[in-house]
Amino acid sequence: MDKYIEMIRIRFLMMLAYRTNYYSGILIYGINIGAYYFLWSAIYGGKGNIEGLSITQMVTYVAVSWMARAFYFNNIDREMATEIKEGKVAVELIRPYSYLGMKTMQGLGEGLFRFFFFSIPGLIIVYFIFPIEFSASPVTWGLFLLSLVFSFFINMQINLLTGITTFFLFNNDGLIRAKRVVIDLFSGLLLPISFYPIWAQNIMGYLPFQGISYIPSMIFTNGFKGADVYQGLLFQALWSVVLLIPISLIWWAARKRLVIQGG
Amino acid sequence: MKTRLQYRSDLVVEILSDLLFQAVNLVFILVVFGHTQFLHGWSRDEIIFIYGFFLVPFAIFSTFFNIWDFNERYIVKGEMDRILTRPIHSLFQVILERIELESLFGAVTGLAVMIYAGSLLDLPFHWYDPLIFLLFVIGGALVYGGIFISLATIGFWSDARTSIMPTMYNIGNYGRYPVDIYNNVIRYILTWILPFAFVGVYPAAYFLKREEWYWYSFLTPVVGLAFFILSIVLWNTGVKRYRGAGN
Repeated sequence: MDKYIEMIRIRFLMMLAYRTNYYSGILIYGINIGAYYFLWSAIYGGKGNIEGLSITQMVTYVAVSWMARAFYFNNIDREMATEIKEGKVAVELIRPYSYLGMKTMQGLGEGLFRFFFFSIPGLIIVYFIFPIEFSASPVTWGLFLLSLVFSFFINMQINLLTGITTFFLFNNDGLIRAKRVVIDLFSGLLLPISFYPIWAQNIMGYLPFQGISYIPSMIFTNGFKGADVYQGLLFQALWSVVLLIPISLIWWAARKRLVIQGG
Repeated sequence: MKTRLQYRSDLVVEILSDLLFQAVNLVFILVVFGHTQFLHGWSRDEIIFIYGFFLVPFAIFSTFFNIWDFNERYIVKGEMDRILTRPIHSLFQVILERIELESLFGAVTGLAVMIYAGSLLDLPFHWYDPLIFLLFVIGGALVYGGIFISLATIGFWSDARTSIMPTMYNIGNYGRYPVDIYNNVIRYILTWILPFAFVGVYPAAYFLKREEWYWYSFLTPVVGLAFFILSIVLWNTGVKRYRGAGN
């Protein structure tokens, strides 16, 4: 366990060394939040609420989704693709730790860094710029943070899956790009899932994506009430476990393939 | 181009992921209009039309002005020295080296989206419209080109890594929607300082017969040309200052 904590620490320190890159990141996220703020204001027009969300909740939703994205988002899939293509992965595999575990911990180190140096200051900045409302209840904050941990793992697992496909595809840059776009749309980052037509919502109920952005953001904005909150968390927890199955299967197949290539 | 064609599957994948990206933006518009009739007086089909129009100049820009990584690729690596020894204008050569014809596919998508939305809107069509369209598209592409070339010239003065390019790409997205949804300050910036509105709404307004915007529509080629000339002036000044990587 110690070695994994060390990996988190190293990644955290590495990010700290290049921290200037992140100030412009806050600006970019701010610009995006701004664009959606104006867009949603125009969409709401005179309407008091759409699908149970008031305009203030909607703006808060947008702001918190983007800032949460700073935490869960990482390029581990791309890093894995490079390591696999360059053959570095072979060396990693003989080291005394699990390769996927190491990648997860690196992602977590990166995420924690961004959480403290990006999400929190970013959220404070946008709080003063846009009409956002933060919940006063510590329970909401607690549940939100718990939910955010799950979003990290679900997103991470999808990243691992995409990364492993490099073993099978010659070039998966396109897949990685496509995955990013699909996640932005289906995770609820751009649009709350409840805004989609019912048939689309039903389909998405069977997919893990809304566990990445929609559920934590709805908890944060109090868009979920009572049982919805716990159902959401259960949904996330279930997917965090379920996704381990395809990962271990495809990882097992990938390792076998690697041995064949080597021999 | 020939080397690109060798990786044909990459090309297909790239086009597909661009298509997916455009589809996501359309889905956003469609879903949003499931909840509202008008966006500040603009109907769903009008917004889609504006988005379709935006895609055409943007595709042309991405094809010919692929200079977002100019600083890393040419200045930091010293490639600029090689460019400057050649007898054609340096900017022209950089552009030629970095052409990505596959991005032109976005223009096809854009046209398809425009034709689809236009037919729903029953837009009148005149024989001179294609000519005006061409003029506006070139204007819009020049606006984008001008802004990004100007930004690339920063590399001549400072070789520090900046993230101004991705920031600007994100600001460019503001031009996809009608500018009247923004507040006055942002509208002013999008019109006169970073004129991204001339890539989407303003020229599209002409085809949507929004007469209150005509004045801006016909300003599109002028603004495009002005920003492009400004960027060339900046480029030439920058090249004179350029001392090369290393010593």
